[in-house]
Amino acid sequence: MTGAGTGAHQAQGLAIETRALTKKFGSQTAVNGIHLRVPRGAVFGFLGPNGSGKTTSIRMLLGLTQASSGSISVLGQSMPTRLSEVLPRVGALVEGPAFYPFLSGAANLRRLDTADPFAPRRTRRARVQGALERVGLSHAAEKKVHAYSLGMKQRLGIANALLLPRELLVLDEPTNGLDPQGTREVRSLVRSLAAEGTTVFVSSHLLAEVEQMCTHAAVMSVGSLVAQGTLAALRQVGETRVHLRTPDAAGALRVLTRLGLEPARATNDAADAVVVAPLGDTNWQPEAIVTALVAGGVRIRGFAIEEPSLEERFVALTGEGFDVAQ
Amino acid sequence: MSPSETRPPETEGGPHVRHGGSWDLLGSEISVLFRRRRTWAMLVAVALIPILLAVAVRLSSSTLDPGEGPPFLDRVTQNGLFVGFTAMVVAIPLFLPLTIGVVAGDTIAGEAGLGTLRYLLVAPAGRVRLLLVKYAGAALFCLVATLTLTVSGALVGAALFPVGPVTLLSGDTISVTESLLRSLLVAAYVTVSLLGLAMIGLFISTLTDVPVGAMAATIVVSVIAQILDVIPQLDWLHPWLFSHYWLGFADLLRQPLDLGSFAHNAILQAGYLAVFGALAYSRFVTKDILS
Ligand SMILES: Nc1ncnc2c1ncn2[C@@H]1O[C@H](COP(=O)(O)OP(=O)(O)OP(=O)(O)O)[C@@H](O)[C@H]1O
Ligand SMILES: [Mg+2]
Repeated sequence: MTGAGTGAHQAQGLAIETRALTKKFGSQTAVNGIHLRVPRGAVFGFLGPNGSGKTTSIRMLLGLTQASSGSISVLGQSMPTRLSEVLPRVGALVEGPAFYPFLSGAANLRRLDTADPFAPRRTRRARVQGALERVGLSHAAEKKVHAYSLGMKQRLGIANALLLPRELLVLDEPTNGLDPQGTREVRSLVRSLAAEGTTVFVSSHLLAEVEQMCTHAAVMSVGSLVAQGTLAALRQVGETRVHLRTPDAAGALRVLTRLGLEPARATNDAADAVVVAPLGDTNWQPEAIVTALVAGGVRIRGFAIEEPSLEERFVALTGEGFDVAQ
Repeated sequence: MSPSETRPPETEGGPHVRHGGSWDLLGSEISVLFRRRRTWAMLVAVALIPILLAVAVRLSSSTLDPGEGPPFLDRVTQNGLFVGFTAMVVAIPLFLPLTIGVVAGDTIAGEAGLGTLRYLLVAPAGRVRLLLVKYAGAALFCLVATLTLTVSGALVGAALFPVGPVTLLSGDTISVTESLLRSLLVAAYVTVSLLGLAMIGLFISTLTDVPVGAMAATIVVSVIAQILDVIPQLDWLHPWLFSHYWLGFADLLRQPLDLGSFAHNAILQAGYLAVFGALAYSRFVTKDILS
């Protein structure tokens, strides 16, 4: 983890809290009694496979759809009863950007800005300009949106969420369709916003992305919340492992076993084997393991301590299957 | 994306300042409506109705007997000021309702279809405020469409035919200036006539995310109302049909001016506004926005 946003971490209550939040579409339960707790100042990753209920939850948080049961509070106020007070403090990107294709990017932002009764008209042009600059779209500001590429629309959607300083940003798959530069810029944007004290709630199924920018995460699976907490706590459940590349697999297995580890060969290539061993609760320092290996005559081509990855945890929680769960 | 310029969030939970944003949203709605090529195409088509009519009458050599063709058509050659009235009679049953159907059917469903509805609502536009603004836009379009027809009719009539004092249906004669005022009154009458249909369109528009469906349904409703209006067995129903007084503006062409049908029509349309406004409201405030 990169420590993004931890500096601005303020333990002053929850930005989002749901209690037994449920949404049914006919007989199907899209969101099943989730208890989300998003601390203020966090960069909160909302993870889950396709169709697990992320967007449906976000729509309820923003008052777009009514919950079948359960309650929601956003920025300390109950939703959707206090919607008109809460939403001006929230910027959002919900299920992809959407714009008037026959208007320019800047005209689209101005149009959506007029819908916010708290957005001052005086500063509208300047704010639109600033938001477009922030997402790198200044040069395409006067271009009609129907001529925008997918990634440009995505950037414009993010710009829309940034028209005013917000206390909470809800971003549903913000990096969808972005090029690598765009993805990096969104990450750095999220970090800088978090450093300013904005809580960022970002849904994604790109685990690497979440690992790089989030402080907290929650995992959805088939409508249920199966895990939530700080990123460190979520990963702790996985194992830290020794990862060794060597032409002397047999020797390596012997040495590692002697150290009290339980090594296993990950490949069968005798000339260039990979040996993996969970560290478990042994307290071996990496350098001590390397010293022991070298002393045992094992030639080392590569050695690494692998932190448990979020991906393993994610797959463990949501299953290996590729088919969308119903 | 320079990570610098945005200031930290405003004071937490502190009172935010309203900026009279309702007028901003209305202004934006009107500018979006009238920046669409579709809107202009419809207004151009409306303006073409009196032009086509006048040109056709001018070019044809045969003279009409009084009462032949649409009302007032026989008078056009004597006085160009009748072009506008004739065109209005021609446009009311189908063409004007068609344009209103497109604009009113698009109000909510169009935003839903584009996906912009969710962004307007999280801005937050407020559902009631959005409905009001959308209806105001559609009503303004009714006015602009009828005014376009009236102005185009007056211009082409003056260009192709003699213009002089107008002999009214009652036999009295009024000056050119007064006849222009009467045509504005007719435009007002027709605008009011269309307001009920516009509200029906707004309601239908809240029912679907497919704008074309809402537009077609609104147009179909206006056609059905007019069909019902000519079935004699249903004469108890006729005074309740929103289209019943659509052609009643002939009363505005009598001396002394008879505003009775204007009032009847206005009351009927107000009833439609109340009923379908309430339906649109109750549907839209509870609607799940899934587009
Ligand atoms: N309008 C709807 N009507 C019926 N079912 C719906 C509707 N919208 C979503 N669902 C169902 O709800 C479930 C959750 O959908 P949702 O869009 O919240 O998933 P998601 O986690 O956002 O997925 P993705 O990662 O693909 O965006 C899915 O099974 C979907 O079929
Ligand atoms: Mg989604």
